[in-house]
Amino acid sequence: MHKKTILMLGGFIGLAFSGITGAADMHTEVIASTCMSCHGPGGKSQGKIPSLTGLHKDHFVKVMTEFKAGTRASSVMKRLANGYTEAEIEAMGDYFASLK
Amino acid sequence: MTLNRRDFLKISGAGAAVALAGCATRPSTSARARVVVVGAGFGGATCAKYLRKWGPDIEVTLIEPNDKFVSCPFSNWVLGGLRSMDDITHGYDRLPGHGIRMVRDSVVAIDPDKRMVTTRGGASIGYDRLVLAPGIEILTDTVKGFKEAEAAGKVVHAWKAGAQTALLRRQLEAMPDGGTFVMSVPAAPYRCPPGPYERACMVAHYFKQAKPKSKIILLDGNADIASKKALFTWAWNSFYPGMIDYRPNNAPLAVDGGKMIVTTEFDDVKGDVLNVVPRQRAGEVCDLAGARNDSNKAWCVVNLATFESTTVPNVHIIGDSVLSNLPKSGHMATNHAKVCAAAIVELLAGRQPDPLPVVTNTCYSATSDTTAGYVANVYRFEAGKGYVSAPEGGATAKGDESNFVFAESWSKNIWAEVLS
Repeated sequence: MHKKTILMLGGFIGLAFSGITGAADMHTEVIASTCMSCHGPGGKSQGKIPSLTGLHKDHFVKVMTEFKAGTRASSVMKRLANGYTEAEIEAMGDYFASLK
Repeated sequence: MTLNRRDFLKISGAGAAVALAGCATRPSTSARARVVVVGAGFGGATCAKYLRKWGPDIEVTLIEPNDKFVSCPFSNWVLGGLRSMDDITHGYDRLPGHGIRMVRDSVVAIDPDKRMVTTRGGASIGYDRLVLAPGIEILTDTVKGFKEAEAAGKVVHAWKAGAQTALLRRQLEAMPDGGTFVMSVPAAPYRCPPGPYERACMVAHYFKQAKPKSKIILLDGNADIASKKALFTWAWNSFYPGMIDYRPNNAPLAVDGGKMIVTTEFDDVKGDVLNVVPRQRAGEVCDLAGARNDSNKAWCVVNLATFESTTVPNVHIIGDSVLSNLPKSGHMATNHAKVCAAAIVELLAGRQPDPLPVVTNTCYSATSDTTAGYVANVYRFEAGKGYVSAPEGGATAKGDESNFVFAESWSKNIWAEVLS
């Protein structure tokens, strides 16, 4: 099965579980917004913590996947990246790429 | 029929769950749904912002008695001389730009049946959903003599950043070299689990610079260092050897602000500056709503996927007042706020909220004027279990310069996230 198909199926299961479409979108809205407590409102950071605004999706997914695997050096991000599913990381990638 | 308290809670809790599952809570009959948020700290201000972001048609009123936001995170840095009060004090002037109606007042009554909040200034404000984010109430009666010593300006807790933070800093500045700083740590649960130990680091840092013969006695009401134990043990041994006398299982029973003595079960401990942090419970407004509903009537039991009270319908509680396994931190309060705001938006629209929300906590503690460590966790809501900490979460065993710079960036970003 292609990775994309698995992700889509995962998304459908999520929808089936919540029973409505709104909650799935709000799930991504909320998990992406929790990042902003460190990365700044709208993903625009002041100081050493990097901004997330307008990051290319592929780059975001690659970096998060490397944090998870421990192949990319990080401060808090290995501990945090491990808390998210691949589908969530993809969805957050789309979300941050859409921010200006 | 007479119900005992536990049975009453079971029944009313079950009732609330049924109402939620069926979305029986009616959306507002007025043109716009009304949400009132009480308290403009990390949780309340964030919740008001995100309610407007995700529910642009919702009328949001934010009630707060103070005219400025003073941050508890980084208030220990003021005690250590790393920051000024101005650095941790911020205005609310940017919140109205989100369409939030700010009311500078205190809440004196809540009627959950009529869905009405009354303020000290005499305003009656109706709501469809109410969010309570008052932070903690300090139980000053639990340490004999504390109230009198506090009123006399002799002994402070400084566990709500503000005037007491500034007073404690002045007391430390006035203390002679060779003096003793005595601090007590309340038994858990309390606001900011690593806070007391970071405070010990910051005061020790100040003493090391300005009065190196001085000592710190830390009287802990807990059996051990309650948070980031490896980090603080490393910091005390590395930077402040011999300066901090840590005494576990030493809850303060009484304080004498005249003789400057803290009395524990074991000892009378004399100091030149006393900083007693009594035990805590959910903020007073939670009691006004009847929402301090745990077995001790101290904290608020909520549905952790929506933060709605298990016993008081349409009333949500976020931040330090909530009883849960999540740490009572400012960062966590901002994320309670987001989950709660999303749930309210969905409920008001007649939809079911996300049943499996995910929240994070990232909390830095300074260990010196150039080093810091952190704890970072993702908590995933699991049906029947509540929030479960994801694998790999945890704390650093040592501080370093890199994390000190990250901590500075964190403070700027979280203040902006809450207030701008």
